[in-house]
Amino acid sequence: MPLITYREAVKQALDEEIQRDENVCIMGEEVAQYNGAYKVTEGLWEKHGDKRVIDTPISEAAFSGLAIGAACLGVRPVVELMFMSFSYVAFDQLFNNASFCRYMSGGLMNVPIVIRGPANGGTNVGATHSHTPENMVANHPGLKVVCPSNAYDAKGLMKAAIRDNDPVFVMENTLLYGQKWEVPEEEYIVELGVANILKEGTDLTIVSHGRCAIISLQAAEILQEKHGINVEVVDLRSIRPLDEETILNSVKKTHRAVLVEENKPFCGVDAQISHLIQFRAFDYLDAPVHRVSAIDAPQIYAKDLENWQIPNEERIIEAVLKAMK
Amino acid sequence: MATTKKKTAAKTATKKSASKTSPSKKPAKSPAKSPAKSPAKSPAKSPARASAKSSAQTAKKSGLPKDFMSAPINKGLSKEAKIDLYRTIIGIRRFEERSLRAYNQGKIGGFLHLYIGQEAVAAGIVSLMEENDHIITAYRDHGHALAVGMSMNECMAEMFGKHTGCSKGKGGSMHFFAPDKNYWGGHGIVAGQTPLGAGLAFALKYKGLKGCAVCFLGDGAVNQGAFMETLNLASLWNIPVVFVIENNGYSMGTSLKRSSAEENLAHRAEGFDMEWEVCNGHDVFEVREVANRAMVRARDAHKPFLLEIRTYRYRGHSVADANHEKYRTKEEIEEYKRTKDPVNLIREQLIADGTLTDGAAKKIDQEKKDEAEAAAKFADESPVAPRSEIQTDVYWEVDNDTDNKLKGTYFFND
Ligand SMILES: Cc1ncc(C[n+]2csc(CCOP(=O)(O)OP(=O)(O)O)c2C)c(N)n1
Ligand SMILES: [Mg+2]
Repeated sequence: MPLITYREAVKQALDEEIQRDENVCIMGEEVAQYNGAYKVTEGLWEKHGDKRVIDTPISEAAFSGLAIGAACLGVRPVVELMFMSFSYVAFDQLFNNASFCRYMSGGLMNVPIVIRGPANGGTNVGATHSHTPENMVANHPGLKVVCPSNAYDAKGLMKAAIRDNDPVFVMENTLLYGQKWEVPEEEYIVELGVANILKEGTDLTIVSHGRCAIISLQAAEILQEKHGINVEVVDLRSIRPLDEETILNSVKKTHRAVLVEENKPFCGVDAQISHLIQFRAFDYLDAPVHRVSAIDAPQIYAKDLENWQIPNEERIIEAVLKAMK
Repeated sequence: MATTKKKTAAKTATKKSASKTSPSKKPAKSPAKSPAKSPAKSPAKSPARASAKSSAQTAKKSGLPKDFMSAPINKGLSKEAKIDLYRTIIGIRRFEERSLRAYNQGKIGGFLHLYIGQEAVAAGIVSLMEENDHIITAYRDHGHALAVGMSMNECMAEMFGKHTGCSKGKGGSMHFFAPDKNYWGGHGIVAGQTPLGAGLAFALKYKGLKGCAVCFLGDGAVNQGAFMETLNLASLWNIPVVFVIENNGYSMGTSLKRSSAEENLAHRAEGFDMEWEVCNGHDVFEVREVANRAMVRARDAHKPFLLEIRTYRYRGHSVADANHEKYRTKEEIEEYKRTKDPVNLIREQLIADGTLTDGAAKKIDQEKKDEAEAAAKFADESPVAPRSEIQTDVYWEVDNDTDNKLKGTYFFND
């Protein structure tokens, strides 16, 4: 299997879907002629032209809303936000219109759009460019959200998202764009709502998503080597819909859980998971559920401090050791 | 002091340059300000009627008073088509009056934004719609809904929160939809619908269909950022969308004068290199004549258009707005009703040209009253949707998952 970058995987998904369905188009700032702020769409404009790969002015509300209106008539726009942080200036369009039009029309409408772009900290850019709003998206019935942690999932989930008939947010990660994973050449899809067990284990379950799942996996390896603790790592992949059964089955097996995410803790995704575990696996627990989230402050600029603010191996290991006591 | 002076100077300059392109000398301020002074049929005396880019043409026309009924787009109307316009206008009026009673009886909850006074705008524009034309509006959406042919029953039942409502009671008064009639809502957030309107038109162009989207908004909505972003995008991309500002002079309790620095709202199009025009909204034939130009241009040339239509709402912002006689005078309301009522005007026009007799007009009026009454009865007697319906129509994929293929949890109650 070829080793390709996360960035290349996303691009392949977009390229293949543009070719598969004439209604799929990409729009966003710098996606066409500039080749993408993160080069995710590099070459696509040259290959597919102005109609399918569209540069927009810096008007997130207008082009997000335009995508919704276009979706009413069968276009299937993939909207790139240069950073998911910028969804905030399109909030009404995404969180009122994309999410609720179907409901408010009693099911007469649906909104098949994809909103994609990086949603991560750890890039030394301060609070305005470091949001991880998957929890906010998941808080809006009508929206779906996935957070691929690797190139294989990025490609498979992107294709699933584009073919989905509801609005789907795909939260990517700039720190993963350059990393490589094995990705098959033949066509595949990663369905929404299916978690992935990155590492099987017996002593404790880490539930995580996005890049934190990869860090959790690294922490699990250290825990195995240095502490003899055999951790199972569940990568959610999809936040809404959520694979509750995989989480519960794992916790019922290991009896302990540490939840790791880059979100700020209050009403983060893991607040919901924590509730799920205590409600549906209470009798199986040998320890309280622990959480590792971003340290609860606006994202700090200073690089060293930011690297401590968002979850890292050290903080994850510390939490696991506590939960094992 | 200096700052104030500068500001004033800048303002004057804007007005000057605006009036350079405008054939009229004094821009009208608000339809409410001098309701009696500009007679319905005389565009020459209606000071704001101007088109920036076709100013030569308009200037030529503006010398003569104009009978909009004999404009080409109206002259060809069949007797039945003219009667249909009357039927739509009076139908909206009677529906709104009946829904007001239902609200006061406690049968309708939430907000109720009545369209009374503005009927000719929706009726006129919808009458121009062709197969591939689409419309979208804000929360004052009943008139547009009835004009596209939604039934009084489904609309009334929606407001009663009943399962038989157009959105099964899930949307309410502000959120009517009928995609099968090219009507895309019904949107509760001021100007939130404007990017969607551009998107509908974008899709037409993308698919190579000849048509346009008409996106309605209020005079208050023009000050939302999303709308201004959308104006730019529409012009930049040559999207066939017609934005229709239904300028009724007020956004809730705030008069136009107190909300917009440049009171000629359509002039904003200039900043986006977009065509614009202003007209009155009480004469359905004037609405048709002017809107037709905008819609034809959008369809033929794939160009956006900003059309400001001066109209007036008789009732408060919503029925809950008990203050509406405090921010405007009773006289102002009465004057508009007396001189510019869209229902009276079309009735008089059609009687004068022999399309209708007084008796025939009364008969249609009575039919619409009966229809509205029957709709209230229908709504009242209809059931509320079962509780299980709270979680349907959220996700298309869930609603259509007939063979149970979907993975994962979609709803999160214990
Ligand atoms: C974003 C937003 N802000 C405020 C409101 C509350 N609100 C509803 S209608 C309205 C006035 C809008 O006036 P206008 O655009 O002139 O439309 P009209 O009501 O006259 O039809 C306001 C302030 C809202 N619905 N959405
Ligand atoms: Mg208004």
